[in-house]
Amino acid sequence: MELLASPAVRVGLSVAVATGLYGISFGALSAASGLSLAQTAALSLLMFSGGSQFAFIGVVAGGGSGLSALSAAALLGLRNGVYGMQLNFLLRPRGWRKAAAAQLTIDESVATATAQSELPEAKRGFWTAGIGVFVLWNVFTLVGALLGGAVGDPRQWGLDGAAVAAFLGLLWPRLRSREAGAIAVACAVVTVVAVPLAPPGVPILCAAVVAAVLGLRRMPPRPAEAAADRRPGPQPGRDGGV
Amino acid sequence: MVLWFWILAAGCVSFATKLAGYLVPARILGNPRMLRAAGALTVGLLTSLTVVTTVSSGSALVPDARLAAAAAAAVALWLRAPFLVVVAAGALAAAAARLAGLP
Repeated sequence: MELLASPAVRVGLSVAVATGLYGISFGALSAASGLSLAQTAALSLLMFSGGSQFAFIGVVAGGGSGLSALSAAALLGLRNGVYGMQLNFLLRPRGWRKAAAAQLTIDESVATATAQSELPEAKRGFWTAGIGVFVLWNVFTLVGALLGGAVGDPRQWGLDGAAVAAFLGLLWPRLRSREAGAIAVACAVVTVVAVPLAPPGVPILCAAVVAAVLGLRRMPPRPAEAAADRRPGPQPGRDGGV
Repeated sequence: MVLWFWILAAGCVSFATKLAGYLVPARILGNPRMLRAAGALTVGLLTSLTVVTTVSSGSALVPDARLAAAAAAAVALWLRAPFLVVVAAGALAAAAARLAGLP
């Protein structure tokens, strides 16, 4: 009960439910693409990165080779490497926790962790969202694979809208400063321009590069802030807001 | 059987990509300039994720009911609603917009 008092845990759980339910559409689509139940389950357990999984079965369903399915999935998953670097610096997991954290490193867990304003909250947010999405995503993958299309399209229930709202809710509290606002605008423009030009997953990488360059070039550290910022994600003195 | 090989290989590649990030020594990121860059990176990634989930479908820009979800979520955030309410507002807005005939 004490855990539920933590805002980060509550955010993590909402994110887990909204994302986990989407496993139904992956399971159903994977079964429709001709993968067996065990193969579908293996993708959700081992690959565990929604975009990569959809790309993999998309290529397989389209008659593509195993190698091109793997390449599409790998390209989409590149951003997880950037996330890993950031989370390693933020959370500093050691030993087996490093491997566990790596497997749980996905959009949702990273977003939940980095949106928190204090380190303990960032940790709780990461593990709650990571484990929560992992469990629910895998359970609902099985449900989707077993039921097939019988449950209908999760979009009908507005689940894709829930994902949009969740990411916006995690971004919102970080937009208080003018620099952050400028970076957000630049990255939004880069993303919109890159979506039609690059394979899925790559626009996020483009935005990451632009943000990092802007962060290095345009935002000289002001002494007071530089001293206050010990970690990249949660920024002391700034209200998390969620 | 051949497909099994590619599934397991792709799973390994996915995990290796994630783990590679964790193997970058944290102290490399420890100076103030890198801290600013990392803070900017967080804003950039969250912005890009928001935009991608709102308007993209594969490699196409598809304006649809998700825009209503983003607008509803923004209003909820403006009103300082709790996170769960924001997420629910997004889902309700998208479902309602689809009922109203939007794609």
